Formats: sequence, C-alpha cells, structure tokens
Amino acid sequence: MTASDAGPTMVLVLAVAVLVGCGVILLLERSLTRILLGVILLGNGVNLLILLGGRSGGAPVVGTGPVDEMSDPLPQAMVLTAIVITFGFTAFLLAVAYRSWYLTGDDEVPDDLEDRQIIRRAGRNEAGAVDHGGEGPNGDPEQVDPEPARRRLRRGRGDGPR
Amino acid sequence: MLVLLILHLVAALAAPLLVRWWGPRACYPLALAPAAAFGWALARTPAVGHGGAVVETYPWIGQLGLDIALRLTTLSWLLTLLIGGVGALVLVYSARYFDADAPGMAQFAAVLVAFAGAMLVLVLADDLLLLYVGWELTTIFSYLLIGHSTERRSSRWAAAQALTVTTLGGLAMLVGFILLGEHAGSYRWSEIATHPLPGGGYLITAVLLILAGALSKSAVLPFSSWLPVAMAAPTPVSAYLHAAAMVKAGVYLVGLLAPVLATVGPWRPVVLIAGVATMLVGGWAALRQNDLKLLLAYGTVSQLGLLVAVTGAGTPAAALAGTAMLLAHALFKAALFLVVGIIDHGAGTRDLRELSGLRRWSRPLFGVAVLAAASMAGVPPLVGFVAKEAVFAAFTDDPLLLTGLVAGTVLTVAYSARFLWGAFADRPGVEPVQPAPIPASMLVPPAVLAVVGLLAGPAAGVLDGLLSPYAELLGVLDGHLTLWPGPTAALGLSVLALAGGGLLFALRGPLAPVLARLRAPVGGNQGYEWVVDRFDRLAIEVTGATQRGSLPQYLGIILVTLVLLPGGAMLAAGPWRARLPLWDNPLQPVVVVVIAVAALLAVRARRRLTAMLLVGMTGYGTAMLFILHGAPDLALTQFLVETATIAVFVLVLRRLPERFSARPLRRSRWVRRLIGVTMGVVAGGLALVAAGARRAPDISAAFPDLAVSEGYGRNVVNVTLVDIRAWDTMGEVAVLVVAATGVASLIFERSRTGPRPRRPESADRAVRSDRPVWLRGGPTLYEERRSIVLEVVTRLIFHTVALFSLFLLFSGHNAPGGGFAGGLVAGLALVVRYLAGGRYELTEAAPVGAGLILGAGLALAVGTGAVALLAGGSVLQSAKLDLSLPLIGEVHLVTSLFFDIGVYLIVIGLMLDILRSLGAEVDRHIEATDTAGGGLAVDKGGRS
Repeated sequence: MTASDAGPTMVLVLAVAVLVGCGVILLLERSLTRILLGVILLGNGVNLLILLGGRSGGAPVVGTGPVDEMSDPLPQAMVLTAIVITFGFTAFLLAVAYRSWYLTGDDEVPDDLEDRQIIRRAGRNEAGAVDHGGEGPNGDPEQVDPEPARRRLRRGRGDGPR
Repeated sequence: MLVLLILHLVAALAAPLLVRWWGPRACYPLALAPAAAFGWALARTPAVGHGGAVVETYPWIGQLGLDIALRLTTLSWLLTLLIGGVGALVLVYSARYFDADAPGMAQFAAVLVAFAGAMLVLVLADDLLLLYVGWELTTIFSYLLIGHSTERRSSRWAAAQALTVTTLGGLAMLVGFILLGEHAGSYRWSEIATHPLPGGGYLITAVLLILAGALSKSAVLPFSSWLPVAMAAPTPVSAYLHAAAMVKAGVYLVGLLAPVLATVGPWRPVVLIAGVATMLVGGWAALRQNDLKLLLAYGTVSQLGLLVAVTGAGTPAAALAGTAMLLAHALFKAALFLVVGIIDHGAGTRDLRELSGLRRWSRPLFGVAVLAAASMAGVPPLVGFVAKEAVFAAFTDDPLLLTGLVAGTVLTVAYSARFLWGAFADRPGVEPVQPAPIPASMLVPPAVLAVVGLLAGPAAGVLDGLLSPYAELLGVLDGHLTLWPGPTAALGLSVLALAGGGLLFALRGPLAPVLARLRAPVGGNQGYEWVVDRFDRLAIEVTGATQRGSLPQYLGIILVTLVLLPGGAMLAAGPWRARLPLWDNPLQPVVVVVIAVAALLAVRARRRLTAMLLVGMTGYGTAMLFILHGAPDLALTQFLVETATIAVFVLVLRRLPERFSARPLRRSRWVRRLIGVTMGVVAGGLALVAAGARRAPDISAAFPDLAVSEGYGRNVVNVTLVDIRAWDTMGEVAVLVVAATGVASLIFERSRTGPRPRRPESADRAVRSDRPVWLRGGPTLYEERRSIVLEVVTRLIFHTVALFSLFLLFSGHNAPGGGFAGGLVAGLALVVRYLAGGRYELTEAAPVGAGLILGAGLALAVGTGAVALLAGGSVLQSAKLDLSLPLIGEVHLVTSLFFDIGVYLIVIGLMLDILRSLGAEVDRHIEATDTAGGGLAVDKGGRS
C-alpha cells in the first residue's frame, strides 16, 4: 500500500458490517423472497468488502490521470462479474419463488420431506430403502417378474404423437 | 496387441447394429474378435515357448508416467488362448442359445465382446496400473452381464453383490499396487520383478491388500459368496466369466506375482489356508445342490480354491501344476456349463430331481458331459488327470497340505459323479423329458472343449514344454507333466481319491442328513447381507443425525462455522490496522447512513414491495460508494443491474402475496439476529484485517501498462475482463447462460423454443387496415393498464437507448462501459418495450429466440478464444487488427472486442429470457387461470 489515506475508512467498514449482518438475518428466514433479498444485501456487502481490498483513487482508465493515483482495477473486475452473477442468481431464485407459489400457494421453504422420513426411520431403527437392508434376493414375496419392455427398434410413422 | 484391443472395442461398438440386423446370429461375426486373439496368441507360441516375451509399448498419460505397456509371457499367453478360444466358442453358442426376439440382446453381445477385450487388457498389461484398469473394466462388464435380466430382482441383487465384493477387493488391490510401485520406483511388473524389492513393513501390507483383491475376484473364502449368487446370469455368461475368464483373473494375478512375492511373510499362509479351505467348503456344498448350475458353481468355488493354493505356493513344481490345472479347469468347466445351458434350454429345468432320460435324448451331449466330468474328476487319460497328478507330486513333502488336497479331490470326484448322475440318470417316477433336437452350433462349442481336454492329456509332454518357462521363473524345475508317471505316490493318491469319491457318491443316500446338517453356521450370503444391512443402518443413523432437512439450520451451521473459524483466526492473528480515517469524502458518511437505515428497515419490512425497494436503495447506495471509491465501471453496472433487478422483482411480485406471512415471534428469531450481528462484526473485522494484511506489492500494479501494451485498451477494468482475466469472464457468462436456461425451464411448462406468442388475429386485423403502427399497445392492453405517456416516451427513446448500448459496447475498451453494461442497457430497453406494449410487443421487438442469442453469444466468446489458439497464441489472447476501410478510414480492431460482443449478447439473452419467462409466460398463466384483476396481467391476451 502506498498512501495510508487511500484504504478503507471507518464508515465503509461500517457499511460492510451492516449490509452483511442484515443480509444474514434475511438469509436465515423461510420465505424465498426474503432469502433472496438477504442474498442481494449480502452480495452488496461482500462486493464492498472485496473492493476495500484495493486502494481507492481515480478511475482506472489510462490517460485520465497519473497511473499511480488510479484505483485498483483487479478487485473492480472481480466485483463487476460478481454483480452480474448476482443478477442472474436473483432472476433464477425469483423463478424458483414463482414456481413454488404456483405449486403450493406460497414461497416458503419447508423442511425436506425425505430428510424428515429418514430421521423417523432412524428413530424407529428401520433400514433404508426397500431394495436393500438384509432382505435377500428372494425375500420379497411381492416381487413380480414383469415382461421386459421390448425396445422398439424402429417406430412406425403412424403411431407417433399427432 | 493394441490392434487386438481396438478390434474388440470396434466389435463391441458395432454389436448393437449387427444385432439389429441379424438378431442373435450377429454373435457369429462377433466371435471373430476373440477368435483373432486366439489365433494371434497361437502364432506367438514360438516366441514365448522358450521363455521369451512379446512387448509393445505406446505412450498414454505422460504426466503419470503411465504407458500402455503390453507384454506377452507364458502365463499371459495361456490366459490369452483361453480368453480368445473360450470367448469365441461361447459367442458361437450364444447365437442359438438366445431366442430371436430375446430382449437386451444388443447389450449382451456388446458387453460380452467388450468383456473379452477388458480381459485381454488385464492379462497383457505389464504396467500394474493398466492391469488395474482392465481389472475394474471386467468387474463392470461382469456386473452388466450378471444383471442381464434387469427385470428380475434376484438378478439385480446378484449383480450388485458381485460388483460390491469385487470392487472393494479391487480398490484394496490398487492401494497395494501403489504401495508396491512407489517403493519399487516403477509400476512395470517386468522391471519390479527383475530388481530386488526394498524390504520393509510396507511389503506385508501391500501383499495382504493385493491378495484381498485376487481372492475376492476369484471367489475364494472369505469372499466366495458372490459366485453362486451370480449364477443368475445367462449360462453362456457363467461359462465364460465364472469358469474360463474372470474368476481366473485372481488366479492369474497370484501366478504373476508369486515368483517375486511368494517369499513375503503372509503370502503363503494366506494363500494356502484360504485356498484349501475354499476347496473343501465349496466341494462339500456342491454335493448338496439340486440345481445343476449351482452344483457347478460350488464346484467352481472349490476348484478356484485349489488353483489359488497351488499357483500361490511358490515352488516351481506347484507353479507348473497350477498352470496345467488352470488350463484343464477352463476346458472342462466351460464345457460343463455349456452342457447345463443346453439342458436348461431344451428341458426347461436344471433341477436334477425333474430330469430323467436325457441320456437317450442326445448321445453326443452325453459323451461330451462324460468327457468333461471325467476330466474334472481326474480320470486318465484326460488333462484333468495330468494336472491333478502334478499337483499331488508338487506337495508330496507337505503331508498336512496334501491331506487337504486329497480330501478336496475326493469331494471333486463325488460331485462330478453327482453331476453326471443328476443330469443323465433315469429316475423312477419321473416322466422322461423329451426335448427338441440340439442345434449343432450349441453342441459344437462344448464338444470342442471336451475333445481338447481329451487330446491334451496324451500331449502332456508338449504342454510341459510350453508351460515350464513360467515355472522356471521360480527356480529349477524337477517335476514334469506326464500322462504316465509310473508307480509313484501321486498315482496312489489319485486312485485313492477316485475310489473315495466313488464311495462318497455311492453313499449319497445315507449321507444326505449329514450333508444337510453339516454346513457353515453362517452362510457367506447371510454374512454379506448382514454387512449390507449394518451399512444401511449406519447410513440412516448418520443421515438422520446430520441432515435435519431445515434450510435455515444448515445455513446457520455454515455461518456459525464461518464466524468461529475465520473469525477466530482473525482475532488470533490480526494484524489490525492501527489508524483508520473516519471517511475520505464528506459524501461517504451520508451514503453509508442511507444504506444502513435502508438495510435495517428492509429486515423489518412486512410487505414484499417495501422490502424490495429498500434493498434496491442499498444497491443504489453501494453504486454511489463505488463512484466515490473511483470505480466508474462498477457504479455503472451496479446502477443498471439494480434497475433491472427491480423490474424483474416487480414482474414476480405481482403474483406473490403482498405481505410476508406473519410468523409468531419465536426464539429462533433471536438466534437469527445473533448470527446476523456476529456475521456483520466478523465481516467488518475482515475488512480491517484484510486492509492491514497486505505484504506483497499489488499484482494489479502492472495492469495499466499491460492493458495498453497487451490488451490495446485504456479502460483497465474492461481489459482485465476481456483479456487479462478473460477466463473468469468466460466462466461467468457460462453461469449466466445456465441461469437464463434455469429461469426459462422453471416457468415454461412447454418448450420455450416453440412458437412465440403472436398477436391474436382478430386484434391484428383491426389494425392492418391502418398504416402500420409501431408499438400497438391499444388493441391488446387493458384500457386501465395503458399509459399513453409511457408508450410515447418508449417510442421516443427506444432506438436511442439501443444505440447507446452499442456505444457502450464499442467504447468500453477505452472508457467506462463494455459488454456487460451495454447488454444491460439493451436489456432495459426491452423491459421498457415490454412494459409499454405487452408480450406481443416484446416478440416484435426481439423476433429471435432467447436461446439463439445466448448460444450465439457463448459461441462467439468461445470462438474468439479458440481462434486465438488456432492462430498460435494462447487461449483468448488479444490481437490488434489495423484495417483501412474505404470512406471510414483507418480502423483499429482488437480481437477481444468479439469476446465482449459475446458477453453483450449473453446479457441480452438473459434479459430476454427473463422477460419471456417471468413476463410473457406468467402473463399467459394469469390469462389461463382467468383471474382478471387477480394478478396484474400486462396485457389482455387473446380476449377482445
């Protein structure tokens, strides 16, 4: 570092702390919208944090000022990609939230059903899937031998979907 | 040798096509591949007959020092003959064994040929790692072959059991190989074998691990349970894999390593005890079986135990006897399996209690079975007798071992007799089976094997000459293979074994209760099932304990870890920056206060829209901070992204409930807040520590010079993106493409590449009479949703904005801007167009598919990198093109511009995909659910 006044300042550190803290609180919620807002806040805070890793100064465009008074271009390039990625991520999570609303009527993230089932099984000292667990090859009386689906080699023109 | 391997690969790949043309008959041409291996090995007989070796080496993975090193010596020559010969015969047999419309035939034929190729890799490999590759390939192919009848549970179970046991053994073996190779300094067996091995404790570990692999592959105790279960496979597979080829891989490995490793501590005890015990237990179990195939399977287990014990004993005489036994066993056991297949195929059962009168069905079949079974029992003058004599002769000085071997042989004789009796005897009270005649191509393969077994006995002298070079690796050979050794102890033992076996068979009635009672207290199968069950239980317990299914809980654990580890390290290490200015610009504290207040309010907000706008405010504030920091590119992008985010949010929020669902005040809320506050403190602390932690000079100090000299641009950030760190950008745009595709696939219930929404005809016709009007919101939008002002403004600015986006793109190399900013501006122009005119307007504004734009952008970005590579530079290297165009004059183009155009297109594609999905398609959903007013549909769609 060259000049001591070109690094982070107290208020910027404060901004990072507040953004990250609020982001985390929202992230731990159950509503997808809130989680997403938390991600955005967290993203802003972390972007700022990364930016503080380099010195501030003039715009990093050669010819606009002396080179050694320029701000650090490397964290800027990193943060720029991060901003755009966050946008793509936002769009994706919004689509998930919409889908969740479309299917269940809200955008809450419920507990994983499969995981709950496994916990119950563990509590009851049961084995896992039916296909394993001490049950030998012929242990299942319900086992049927269905005719294997004959793979049709060439499909006739007529029976395709119309 | 490589040609042979390629031939097998080609044949395996062509097999499905051939089967489609010719059905199971395609096995005839496919048999040519293993037949070629057989012929090739036969032609090499003079070369290896006197202890020579045929060597081929091809470079493969240079970084690992791994070559395709192939080496044919006596032992691998024998195995190649067996793999090729039996493989070809089994394929010929399969051509008639399967019905013309048998399902899965294509896969069967392909995998069987591929398996033959993998076996060749295994036995020809000189490099231990290459051997391991072949080893695991055979495991996988055997899994596919055993599980041939995928619809049967028992078949799937058997396949999985074989795979689990042999793969675990294989992995142990790999560790052993690595131990051995690293200490010896080479993985080439020919080199390891000729140099003295460094001693040490590792050698014992390595030997034990390698033996675990060999014993599990050869189904020797305690790993033998998988082989009888694997009889679920079609009989040709059993004949090939479980008699001639795959189970011999373990024996081969023992034989290959014995000349060097037999002297290592645990080798002999393990090999001899496990081998002889397997021989006795397997033989005893075989006497109990009623299923002919299972009888043979337990017989195979027994014989594999014998083979491992004899081959691993480590004396020259035993080695010679082992190879002879290997040959004899492959010949008679494959023939017997094929005979069982014929019986099963013809009579429809292989249960010996239901078979009767088969002797009169086909005399040749009976003859073949008698020859093969006699060879198994060790009746002169068959090759089995020669081999057994040699075995006895090799162990005359070890009475204990000899007793075990003789006892095992007694059992062998007894179950051989039981097999013949079971298959061909007449049973009173059982209807004689009258099957159809046997096709010649099914009878010939076992007949060939049986006759070779008959001829090889008298030709023991020739055999001795061919096999002894291997035995001489272990020392001076004093015994020889011979048909008539004269009156020796071995001959006496043979007679004793035959008599004992005959007696045991004759007493089968009185002995039946003993047979049924005297069995291992825990069957190998129960053992395997118990282990699997325990494993399942453990997995459930661990999963149940760690995976509670709650997302906040997982995130909380991750975040607390983040607080504790890096936070703790931060506290411990420092270094803290001593003196920090409060602010370096009077505007800074103002902006930070706005950000902080907005963020805190966003946490408390109960309405979605409010929360979103507050978060947006922090985003704009962050952009301000970027400007103050001296990062105009960042600020520009952040402003644009924030605006686009708000637009996208609104598109979705129109459907979601207005407020967050009220949640009761819970304890967890305070936990969340606590985690949030500590995380904030840690992040702030990291900012302080990171600032004080720099010791090395900035890597980016050189970037401005690099940007001008190498990237030909003055905007350092943009040149960093498209040139200096272009790989990062490449990865990022790929993520954007994935995200766009993800959005579309979550929203569209049909293909998004289908026809895009067209303006309804009725609405169109009304307008068509007029002069063409651009931005026709009128016919399709609800009156109350239209905004004349927005429409007019859109008309005025759309083209200007689009041009501006191009300006940003092209000027970005030298001034703030670039592909990201330009693409976002163009995307925002599309947003405006959509908001003003509805979804049909969007289609007219961008009449191409989003996928096309995304793909074109990605292709352009990748293509730029590839072109630089083709032009002799490194990937994504920039070059400057100076063109002089008429009228325009001198133009300086930097190739990274094309990369940036790719980025630009991808960002536009992302925006377009979002608008198509979250905008237009959601409009359609609203329209379909027909709740006008329920959601804010931007247009009124098809309704007039």
